[in-house]
Amino acid sequence: MTINFTVSPSFPNERISDWYIFNTWMQRSLEVSIHLELHDSFKSQRDAIAAGQVDMIYANPFDASLLVREKGFKAIAKPADHADEMVVFTAAGNAINQIRDLQPGTRLAYVDDPAINTIGHILLEPANLDASNIQDNVRDTYIQVAKEVLRGNVDVGFMPVEAFNSLSSLVQRDLKVLVTSEMQSIQHVFLVGPAALEKADAISQLLASMHETDKGQAMLTSLGLSRWQILQQEDVEFMIDIISTLGH
Amino acid sequence: MIADMNPAWITGEASEHVLTYADGSTRRVYVTGIETPYPQGKLIVSRTNTQGIITHCNQSFVDMAGYEEAELIGQPHCLLRHPDMPHGAFKDLWETVHAGKQWHGYVKNLRKDGGHYWVYATVVPNVRNGEIVGYTSVRREPSREKVAAAEALYKTMS
Repeated sequence: MTINFTVSPSFPNERISDWYIFNTWMQRSLEVSIHLELHDSFKSQRDAIAAGQVDMIYANPFDASLLVREKGFKAIAKPADHADEMVVFTAAGNAINQIRDLQPGTRLAYVDDPAINTIGHILLEPANLDASNIQDNVRDTYIQVAKEVLRGNVDVGFMPVEAFNSLSSLVQRDLKVLVTSEMQSIQHVFLVGPAALEKADAISQLLASMHETDKGQAMLTSLGLSRWQILQQEDVEFMIDIISTLGH
Repeated sequence: MIADMNPAWITGEASEHVLTYADGSTRRVYVTGIETPYPQGKLIVSRTNTQGIITHCNQSFVDMAGYEEAELIGQPHCLLRHPDMPHGAFKDLWETVHAGKQWHGYVKNLRKDGGHYWVYATVVPNVRNGEIVGYTSVRREPSREKVAAAEALYKTMS
């Protein structure tokens, strides 16, 4: 049996090799064949899920609903101390100093990430902005989003906190954060699908103890994580309930 | 049955009101008119059982309500009912979620200190194995325009 594994495409490109290293470690530790397939967009990943080509996934929280409630995936773990927070930012020289300064017609730029985009749009609601009075621009990379803001092509950009903090200090100096989310309760989750459920306990135990070895800790650090926290199914059901309120 | 507010909790000049809940019980509350701004970037989250008793709340809920977490858990959610909120809004809320649907609307909540805060609230039934086992309420920051419109509407409702 081969387990088909994939990772939400929201991680930075420089971590691609780290996920392959993680995959090799899991295969050796579990003594099972695991095939890692990384998708370059949420659409292609969702197509693979729909085609039944995913048995195990480190999932974007906004995909968890489909996976858990419609595809029978089981919650295994989440990163400890690592919520999916984001920033809404503008150019440092812009007269906008807070969300409420934004006006109808505001131009946005962001990458294709359902968590960042949904939360970002919610953070604009205090300015009475919604889909009817903003202009959306989807870009391929976070650096392109930053450039669009710096050049004045858009008024506001959305980005995960981690991605914003990894921009060079020169770029960050020319940007101004309007608000940082503190949602706390929304984050990526590690899920196992029906075809791999017999391995769920072994995977759960492996992830729970990963930080206890130097090698495991080094891999976690490379992935931007500190350790895995084991999840009960109700934990992820609760997160899905919260997320379900955010689209309205 | 919710205990009356204690005048010693109140910060500032307050007017006294007696709320009557759907079950006929009453509560004496004090209202100051002082608004606490919504905490930017945060969600206020709570869960209740099917009877509307609070079983979980996050730190933002605690901070905005002004009570200790231990004072909130086990209390009916209508502990935060503000006298400016019309009965009709909550009747609509409960009818909607009991039917298994989401409810959303603008809500003025009463703090322990007699002040208030406005939220845009969405309430969703927690369905497990086909049964409603409780309700999750998630609040986010509303625009002032939407608050003004809700305030005007609620004055016309009973």
